[in-house]
Amino acid sequence: MIPAAFEYYRPTSMEGVLALLQEHGDEARVLAGGHSLIPMMKLRMADVPHLIDLQGIAGLSGITIDGGTIRIGTMTTQHDIIGDAALTAAAPIMAEAALQIADPQVRYMGTVGGNVANGDPGNDMPGLMQCLDAHFHLIGPEGERTVAARDFYDSAYMTAREDDEVLTAITFAVPVGGHAYEKQKRKIGDYATAAAAVQISKEGGKVAAASIAMTNLSDTPVWSEAAGAALVGTDCGADAIKAAVAAMLADIDPTEDNRGPVAFKRHVAGIVLGRAIARAWSRA
Amino acid sequence: MKDEVTREDRVAGLKGLGCSRKRVEDARFTQGKGNYVDDIKLPGMLHGDFVRSPYAHARIKSINIDAAMALPGVTAVLTAKDLEPLGLHWMPTLAGDKQMVLADGKVLFQGQEVAFVVAADRYIAADAVELVEVEYEELEVIVNPFKSLQSDVVLREDLIAPDGSIPNGAHGPRKHPNHIFTWEAGELEATNQVIDNAEVVAEAEMYYHRTHPCPLETCGSVASMDKVNGKLTLWGTFQAPHVVRTVASLLSGIEEHNIRVVSPDIGGGFGNKVGVYPGYVCSIVASIVTGVPVKWVEDRMENLMSTAFARDYWMKGKISATKEGKITGLHCHVTADHGAFDACADPTKFPAGFMNICTGSYDIPVAYLGVDGVYTNKAPGGVSYRCSFRVTEAVYFIERMIEVLAIELNMDPAELRSINFIKKEQFPYTAALGWEYDSGDYQTAWDKALLAVDYKGLRAEQAERVAAFKRGETRKIMGIGLSFFTEIVGAGPVKNCDILGMGMFDSCEIRIHPTGSATARLGTISQGQGHATTFAQILASEIGLPADSITIEEGDTDTAPYGLGTYGSRSTPVAGAAAAMAGRKIRAKAQMIAAYLLEVHDDDVEFDVDRFAVKGAPERFKTMKEIAYASYHQAIPGLEPGLEAVSYYDPPNMTYPFGAYVCVMDIDVDTGVPEIRRFYALDDCGTRINPMVIEGQIHGGLTEALAVALGQEIAYDDIGNVKTGTLMDFFLPTAWEVPNYETDFTVTPSPHHPIGAKGVGESPHVGGVPCFSNAVQDAFRPFGNRHTNMPHDHWRIWQTAANLGMHD
Ligand SMILES: Cc1cc2nc3c(=O)[nH]c(=O)nc-3n(C[C@H](O)[C@H](O)[C@H](O)COP(=O)(O)OP(=O)(O)OC[C@H]3O[C@@H](n4cnc5c(N)ncnc54)[C@H](O)[C@@H]3O)c2cc1C
Repeated sequence: MIPAAFEYYRPTSMEGVLALLQEHGDEARVLAGGHSLIPMMKLRMADVPHLIDLQGIAGLSGITIDGGTIRIGTMTTQHDIIGDAALTAAAPIMAEAALQIADPQVRYMGTVGGNVANGDPGNDMPGLMQCLDAHFHLIGPEGERTVAARDFYDSAYMTAREDDEVLTAITFAVPVGGHAYEKQKRKIGDYATAAAAVQISKEGGKVAAASIAMTNLSDTPVWSEAAGAALVGTDCGADAIKAAVAAMLADIDPTEDNRGPVAFKRHVAGIVLGRAIARAWSRA
Repeated sequence: MKDEVTREDRVAGLKGLGCSRKRVEDARFTQGKGNYVDDIKLPGMLHGDFVRSPYAHARIKSINIDAAMALPGVTAVLTAKDLEPLGLHWMPTLAGDKQMVLADGKVLFQGQEVAFVVAADRYIAADAVELVEVEYEELEVIVNPFKSLQSDVVLREDLIAPDGSIPNGAHGPRKHPNHIFTWEAGELEATNQVIDNAEVVAEAEMYYHRTHPCPLETCGSVASMDKVNGKLTLWGTFQAPHVVRTVASLLSGIEEHNIRVVSPDIGGGFGNKVGVYPGYVCSIVASIVTGVPVKWVEDRMENLMSTAFARDYWMKGKISATKEGKITGLHCHVTADHGAFDACADPTKFPAGFMNICTGSYDIPVAYLGVDGVYTNKAPGGVSYRCSFRVTEAVYFIERMIEVLAIELNMDPAELRSINFIKKEQFPYTAALGWEYDSGDYQTAWDKALLAVDYKGLRAEQAERVAAFKRGETRKIMGIGLSFFTEIVGAGPVKNCDILGMGMFDSCEIRIHPTGSATARLGTISQGQGHATTFAQILASEIGLPADSITIEEGDTDTAPYGLGTYGSRSTPVAGAAAAMAGRKIRAKAQMIAAYLLEVHDDDVEFDVDRFAVKGAPERFKTMKEIAYASYHQAIPGLEPGLEAVSYYDPPNMTYPFGAYVCVMDIDVDTGVPEIRRFYALDDCGTRINPMVIEGQIHGGLTEALAVALGQEIAYDDIGNVKTGTLMDFFLPTAWEVPNYETDFTVTPSPHHPIGAKGVGESPHVGGVPCFSNAVQDAFRPFGNRHTNMPHDHWRIWQTAANLGMHD
């Protein structure tokens, strides 16, 4: 578990980062918290001859809530998310999910931007961002652009981000209603066997809107539009949950691994989602 | 007025037996001041790294080292061809087999050592490993021992005679090219007869999966050949440094006095560091070749995939009883998967370790055990993980058989155990498979445990829970895991136990310094057990000097007396006994000195805590401190100056610690997630030297047991790829997963051990695994479960529920 040799850069401006990315093309990668990238390099599964650390660039971290929009800088750590009272008040699902990621040591280093940019289907933030209908802000040689989280993931480790683009921030509207992030894992520090992010809003005792995304059950996060739709207009009772689960199961495509066979994962996905819906509804 | 120092004060001041003395090792460990193999840095030292096989079974067509050698900073790349002239391309294993040091024409498991790169630093070495080009021709892979015994794929061509016949192995005839040995104990015919005619018979087939002890520190060594004075120094992660020295001498031809083996601080061993690994041999050869020190330290993945694993035992049992539950016979057959080489560290006469302790804590009149060892395309190893030589497997087997029999009898498993315990008055007890249990009081311990957890109340609660589940009110079921184990530790009598012909005694050498402090050296080596703390306590009570004034040294073969090392919970039973015996020799001489100083006859003084006093006149005494000074600096007629002693101790028998464990568990049948509500552990390890250290050992062992029972495994796919090669998939529990342990004890001293101690390091693992497993299985018993295999990870628990129709 010794990485191959690499050049390390620590530029102090975004221009510097972009210049390095352009110079070295796909031989270069940016480094955020390093808690996905460095293990891959040590396993020699990622070969990164030019490593560009983002730590030296001001203004990439921090959380602001302004006019109903939440903005999280890419270098904001998962630990920062958990500790931010205003964020927790506005979007409590963020802290609930972050607390289920890895362990405290990893969360001190791991960033929200790294988590969503990584493209590993095991990461929890991508599904969460799809549930919240977040937008990712990218900067590249052509300037800035925004991509919806729900459009960002193509397949494992393949995203809409170009090699020479850098993620700068994530924005999403302050969510309304009740929330739940439910995750089953084998142990602390494990990726999900199955996880569900749920936001539900309520009007007149019925579900007004529902957004549901699942993690580690396909090669990308799965935002199940049909599952959310199955709840809308219902009293979120047992039948509605059953319909939502059935819709979700039609959208996921888990594979067998050490966490278990496909039948188990599908069963657990249903259980986890059912529990998440019930909890979100109880808070709506 | 001066406060009077009471006798209690003097006893307390010694911090001897029974004192929860703080561990003296921890000051350095908690401050990052330990000194592990990887901390050793010598001038000019080079670094080694292995090219390992990606295939589980393949022929090597060619190895091209040119590109690697061309990398700046690379000094050498060793292959089997380079080792062959030295006769070191193969090495003997501790089990009487031999093992390739570097792949000799073929590879037999994924991760096998193929070439050894030596470079200026660890990074260059890793880069060079990638540049070594090995051409493989893949061969059919066998990962299942039953298939192996049917297959015409020969794994070990080196063990076939030129005429195609199968020569005997180290343990007798082999019945198939992939067969290693058959080992039997007990009476087959008598056992079959009893079982065939029994009122009740229960049967079970169980697989004790392959796992790994995963010590925090991986294995490594630093070899330094001093060509000027011909001396080889070898630092390494050795649980048995003297054995390593002898083996190194036999292999290399360097005389033993010219080899110094040092085990520095060791970050956990658990049997993983008993064997001799190719890395050790390669670092030695590389140092001899290059003339400079060479370090080899493996990484976590290498440790998990190539060093000594644990278990991989396929056990088939039959147990018979009367209708009232009195056990009448036990039959056990094991198919033991040893991997590619038989590299177990069993005593020579016991190729299946002490598996013949599988009658457990029960008075079973007749029994039979047969074990077949088999080669497969997996890493070698076998005896490790707090196992005391397969006792873990044996106890798991019998504790599962008891549960299955209880189901067959429709009886409470706690009661079934009570009916069958060996009774206090039966000790010393000779078991059907041969062992003589030294002492025990099982019923007392059992009753204490059941009372402590309110066993009857738990069963009532469980019955209510089953009813609630059936009414659809809950999806959580409840299990009560029981286990009663008898350990067999302290190998061992030399007449029974040797490794490669080296008798399993141990030793202690004490030097009392003139001002009343002492240095003691032993043939064992702590890997975290706290020997420097506890052995000083044994000596403090024996020689009357404070434990704080006694330094314990181990692990340096230039200074420590010869011993067989630390594993199998043998340090306290064997070296601890040697310490006590050496202490008694010190005391005997001290008595003569005291008598001389007090001007009385030798028999007129008696030892009292920290002094010798005149019988009947306790105010006339000489403290051990005074005696120590006098021993060096006063001419005493008829006595040599000085105060030293050495003892080599060959124990008359093993010791037999035991314990009673109870685990209460809730299981979510929909997710397969178990929650441990309670874990109670009563241990009887005889005389308790340091209750705090014992508790620490028990917490650690139970945590490892939890890991093994609930998810930890080394899993292979069909073509021999290790599926659990990193800590993401290999379960190593953290504080988060670990329940609160309640510990308790009874004390049944060993009658033959000088201080009555029995050893405790492995007990919690041995007893813990069946307890956790039984809790899972007991939860499903009311729904029709008989036996399901470990590890009970989420999906397998879920599968059990699914198979029992609990998701319908
Ligand atoms: C033991 C362990 C357990 C873990 N468990 C979980 C878990 O349960 N759930 C979970 O979600 N995660 C888990 N993780 C991953 C962890 O959360 C990572 O920190 C996170 O996935 C990546 O964040 P990072 O800041 O460390 O990114 P890095 O490792 O630095 O980068 C990850 C990838 O994203 C790219 N990247 C980073 N920042 C940017 C940017 N601004 N613009 C463009 N590309 C960028 C990098 O180039 C790299 O390819 C675990 C990690 C470990 C070590």
